[in-house]
Amino acid sequence: MNGPHDLGGQMGFGPVAPEKDEPYFHAAWERRALGVTLTAGSMGAWNIDESRHARESLHPADYYASSYYQIWIKALEMLLKRHGFITAQDLKAGTAVDPAATPKRVLKAENVPAVLAKGGPCDRPVATPARFKAGDPVRTRNFNPTGHTRLPRYARGKHGKIEAVRDGFVFPDSNAHGHGENPQWVYTVVFEGSEIWGEGADPTLTVSIDAWESYLEPA
Amino acid sequence: MSHDHDHDNEFDPFAARVRALETILTQKGLIDPAAIDVIVDTYETKIGPRNGARVVAKAWSDPAYADWLKRDATAAIESLDYTGRQGEHMQAVFNTQDTHNLVVCTLCSCYPWSVLGLPPVWYKAPPYRSRAVIDPRGVLEEFGLTLPAGTKIRVWDSTAELRYLVVPMRPEGTEGWSEERLAELVSRDAMIGTGLARQPA
Repeated sequence: MNGPHDLGGQMGFGPVAPEKDEPYFHAAWERRALGVTLTAGSMGAWNIDESRHARESLHPADYYASSYYQIWIKALEMLLKRHGFITAQDLKAGTAVDPAATPKRVLKAENVPAVLAKGGPCDRPVATPARFKAGDPVRTRNFNPTGHTRLPRYARGKHGKIEAVRDGFVFPDSNAHGHGENPQWVYTVVFEGSEIWGEGADPTLTVSIDAWESYLEPA
Repeated sequence: MSHDHDHDNEFDPFAARVRALETILTQKGLIDPAAIDVIVDTYETKIGPRNGARVVAKAWSDPAYADWLKRDATAAIESLDYTGRQGEHMQAVFNTQDTHNLVVCTLCSCYPWSVLGLPPVWYKAPPYRSRAVIDPRGVLEEFGLTLPAGTKIRVWDSTAELRYLVVPMRPEGTEGWSEERLAELVSRDAMIGTGLARQPA
């Protein structure tokens, strides 16, 4: 979707503000926000694509006014409600008042190291051969889906070149909405800066994205 | 809401909101608060940019390892036991005399946790995510890095599940250094591309 998250090339946010030796967390609640999000995610009720879509579905004014972990928590509340684990009444009371759906699993402290070490690999075999090979010219599709997509707006309808054929990966556009993993080949596609940004583009710039096969057409 | 303070008390509305959520989920048996403690401890004390620095130092020291890292970063990094969440699929990109690499995630904040730890605030914030792809030279200036005009800039937008590690150029005057000593020259920013390797003192 063309949500507030799709930031590439937007203007007006001001300079980057690097902090010297900044801490991982800027408030104690951020530690809990990270942990609550990961432990709740490990119940297995939603996948990473659905959680990314929940974050990008926040109202733009809310998204831009929220810090990173605030965005996480707001989206997490949305996901927990959607999947029947909490209700508006629970949140209003600040304590559990309604019954909850049964989770597939609950992450226990002793299992955390193994779960973090394992991660969640999302490469999958693809039954069909890759449609493109390194060096092929391609054009990205120009679409504006209302659902989740990982093709940024700045890279739509642009001519680029396949630099590398990656593995088959779970397709976020369907996986985010419970429509299955539908793995596709992923390619690294490289664009000249001038193709994306036009007049005044840095002549030394190239930008690449990793694009699922259905984002691409031969050019 | 300001979050330039590091305390957590009941008067902070967002702290209260997170605490309430954790309480509800704990009461319902959906989460184990002790698991949260382990997660936080892991990312605060065990997994951080030192992992990535060791990968880079090994690549500087061992041409065979550098070649492996170029071809199959996932396996080469896994051989050092730096694997896991948000590092399941890795790609190493090497700076050269001609080309400087810079990594961003314009859509969210994808970042190689397993080798660099949790991302810094600026990496996740709109100024960096919006400008790294359109004005990387300007962004680098804000990090105090001025590249020669002729240096090409290659920006990698992490739009899929590949996570990128920039391998900076090895500083001159480090011949014969141990991997441990070399790793001290490799900053987190150098592995994102917003910095270079430190020069030996």
